[in-house]
Amino acid sequence: MPFIPHTPDDVADMLGVIGVASIDDLFDEIPEDLKATGLGRVPAALSEMEIGRLMSERAAADGRALNFIGAGAYEHHIPAPVWAIATRGEFYSAYTPYQAEASQGTLQVIYEYQSMMCALTGMEVSNASLYDGASALAEAALTAVRANRASSSRRILVPRTVNPTYLRVAEAIAGNQGVRFESVDFDRKSGRTLLESLRPYEGSDITALVVQQPNFFGVLEEVDELNDWAHANGALVIAVVNPTALAVLKPPGSWGAPGAARAGADVVCGEGQPLGVPLSSGGPYFGFMTTRMQFVRQMPGRIVGRTLDAAGRPGFTLTLQAREQHIRRGKANSNICTNQGLTVTAATIYLSLLGATGLARVAEASAARTAALVRALTELPGVRPAFSGHRFHEAVLILDRPVAPLLAALAERGIFGGLDLSASHPELGCALLVCATETKTDADIARYAFALAELISTPYVEPGAAALNSQTGA
Amino acid sequence: MQRIAAMEPIIFELSRPHRAARAQYPPGTAVPRAAAPGDTPSDTAVPGAAWPAHLCRTTPPLLPEVSELQVVRHFTRLSQLNFSIDTHFYPLGSCTMKYNPKACNTYAMLPELLARHPLAPESHSQGYLACMFELQEMLKDITGMQGVSLTPMAGAQGEFAGVAMIRAYHRARGDFLRDEIIVPEAAHGTNPATAAMCGCSVKEIPCDANGDVVLDALRAAVGPRTAGIMLTNPSTLGVFERKIAEVAQIVHGAGGLLYYDGANLNAILGKVRPGDMGFDVIHMNLHKTFSTPHGGGGPGSGAVGVGERLLPFLPIPIVGREGERYRWLAEADLPQSIGRLSGFMGNAGVNLRAFIYMRMLGREGMVRVAEYAALNANYLLKRLVAAGFDAAYPDRRASHEFIITLKRQHRDYEVTAMDVAKRLLDHGFHAPTTYFPLLVPECLLIEPTETEAKEDLDRFCDAMIAILQEMQLEPEKLSGAPFTMPVRRLDDVRAAKQLDLAWKPAA
Repeated sequence: MPFIPHTPDDVADMLGVIGVASIDDLFDEIPEDLKATGLGRVPAALSEMEIGRLMSERAAADGRALNFIGAGAYEHHIPAPVWAIATRGEFYSAYTPYQAEASQGTLQVIYEYQSMMCALTGMEVSNASLYDGASALAEAALTAVRANRASSSRRILVPRTVNPTYLRVAEAIAGNQGVRFESVDFDRKSGRTLLESLRPYEGSDITALVVQQPNFFGVLEEVDELNDWAHANGALVIAVVNPTALAVLKPPGSWGAPGAARAGADVVCGEGQPLGVPLSSGGPYFGFMTTRMQFVRQMPGRIVGRTLDAAGRPGFTLTLQAREQHIRRGKANSNICTNQGLTVTAATIYLSLLGATGLARVAEASAARTAALVRALTELPGVRPAFSGHRFHEAVLILDRPVAPLLAALAERGIFGGLDLSASHPELGCALLVCATETKTDADIARYAFALAELISTPYVEPGAAALNSQTGA
Repeated sequence: MQRIAAMEPIIFELSRPHRAARAQYPPGTAVPRAAAPGDTPSDTAVPGAAWPAHLCRTTPPLLPEVSELQVVRHFTRLSQLNFSIDTHFYPLGSCTMKYNPKACNTYAMLPELLARHPLAPESHSQGYLACMFELQEMLKDITGMQGVSLTPMAGAQGEFAGVAMIRAYHRARGDFLRDEIIVPEAAHGTNPATAAMCGCSVKEIPCDANGDVVLDALRAAVGPRTAGIMLTNPSTLGVFERKIAEVAQIVHGAGGLLYYDGANLNAILGKVRPGDMGFDVIHMNLHKTFSTPHGGGGPGSGAVGVGERLLPFLPIPIVGREGERYRWLAEADLPQSIGRLSGFMGNAGVNLRAFIYMRMLGREGMVRVAEYAALNANYLLKRLVAAGFDAAYPDRRASHEFIITLKRQHRDYEVTAMDVAKRLLDHGFHAPTTYFPLLVPECLLIEPTETEAKEDLDRFCDAMIAILQEMQLEPEKLSGAPFTMPVRRLDDVRAAKQLDLAWKPAA
């Protein structure tokens, strides 16, 4: 019996103490007509050796391509100590630190994590994390609705430069509470959100403006003017940021032109995955959220505080629990119960190893590798950069032919060439979002450029045009 | 009683300027940004690619400057301040703290699986998708449901998905009135919080002295505004809801749907299926029943299953199979879906661990989970009652967990459930869940799980018996507990009043 330690003698003794004849008798309160008759679709048990073989075969079948996809999940080097420590049983198999005195390890890690996220984002308080970046935006929107007492519209402006999946998730989660998300167009030339596109909203009740930095296209937004516009118009600013980029870019807590009446974004959130969490098919990652001290009681999720014990020594505990579901039930800020403790542990170890200098080097190396990738690919005929704006570590390229067949052909050559934007941003035409992090070498970039050059070496002829040409030729 | 490790400095206190774990720095490259104070000239090469200064940081973020060994030692020591399943019996009721098999972690962390980008093409994802498809199929079978989505990232998000689907179902039928969710008063706090997140109001109904829902109260509560009921079975009171068929009849009769909170699925695995009990939608906590790690409070996975009526509303993406090929089903396949709940496809790595666990248990192993969880719970209950503790529901069988009420001891010796919980830590056991469910005074909700050996249950009983004696002879051992942890009892009031939520350098 896998994982069940009972010997036949144990079972006999225990049934004797309970006073029943068989284990079946323990289920005598379940009405007979409801009892299950067997599990037809669950296969027979596998030993550890057998499941190991099955998983290895399936993993090998998927292989490991050279990856240039980003779009919200980024392939960075993960230092060896990160998961060697995070998977220690004392972290891995513990639960939410309800018994603070027996959970000081987990609690102190979260306190250190909160400190680091405050430092990176330039904000005063952080929670213990949320599920992922996309759902963090939904929670940030709801936080902004609670925090902006002067606004009753529940209208939130979301530029089309924000990750489109984040918007969908925010709609799915916050839409049920009457929050409406309205799209704001972007500048086709720079790939940024311009103040002009916000002008039509001046004078109306807007609860918050979302600003993603760097944006979904990898372009840097003019965050100061967007931040100041929102505050001048009674809206809060929700910043969606990449934590790696925060090593070099202005933290949201300082957004706004010098001398602005109200400096800084109000709620900051994002995807924590770049900080030592593997790509792993999309999860588990973690979402982070930081805000002003003024809004700490509007924030969802666990929060750890430092306090004193009965002997006057410092220690850590969950705090401000009056915001949460187990106390306030239907009036809680959110139904969220857990954080993503294990991935947060990994991120805290990652940030401790890298430090401010190491993280800045990762950011700068990633930006440099993407710049090199863009240079290599745009040297090819029929490939050009979509936008003139400053970039971080992603870029949109415009091709002279549909992207999907090229990506399929690249995948056959062991290269994941990026994300096809034709469905999410059809106005861009044949657009490809590419990303290179510090993990990509010159040889990797050359391999991609060589493969793409081969695939586009023949001038592209539209299917319809080809038919026309052959007729003319005849 | 042995003291566990002493407290550890905060990592920022170990920091010294210019110390670093330099092996982790990426190889040197040109730096496309404007000069910042303290930069060396080589840091700001490639002036043409420089970022405008007004978009850049002027001072580096306050992160620790420490060596790799300091990091390893610091976090290893912090880990040693924790109780965990791997180190301690952890009978935390309603949380199913069973052994997390190491194989699940090892094989979910194969290099190819860790490196797989969530947007990798389907052509290069068939191995991963096969695992997820088979997981969906197994979960359907176990729950008696018609469809499963693995995207919710925790139990609370699974609950959200479930109630959102119920609302979407009523709206799709043009029934816009139904905005009330009924929950028993013993329900977990996430139930009413979820209903509120879905824009519903909550009606609570009472349970009787034996822990069953009061049917007359339910009949009085249902009506044309009833969207549905959220139930856990076995309930949060640790007993099987025997009138479930009548409950289903009443709620369905009023036009509402039944939501199954899967918190306690471990108790009935393979024994009875929520679909057969009449439930329309269920969320499962894969981190409980299917033994994925709790990770110090997450990540979890809150897969949802639905019956026929809610199939079109499942959250996306879902894995479908066409012939021999697996593919994602998304917006185009399920236009009525409640949408996406995560940036990609939920906590994929957690789902992989659940898949591995289920394949290792197999068909027969599933049923044994419920059987031995019930055996351990009923044995521990009998022994504790024989030792002088009071069961909250003495006339009922325990499910996979049970409630001890310390009402009598509170009256006689002025001890609280909190005191007993803290004293158990000194005896080397993680405390049971305390003060939940709220309606049982001074309660301990105890869930031993099927993976504990009889000797460990007996040792726990011995500790409880010792504590019962301490109550009478040395009450200060309870009121002052714990004594052997890295810290004594913590001042929660101070924590909430004098907020210290992030480290700051001494002024």
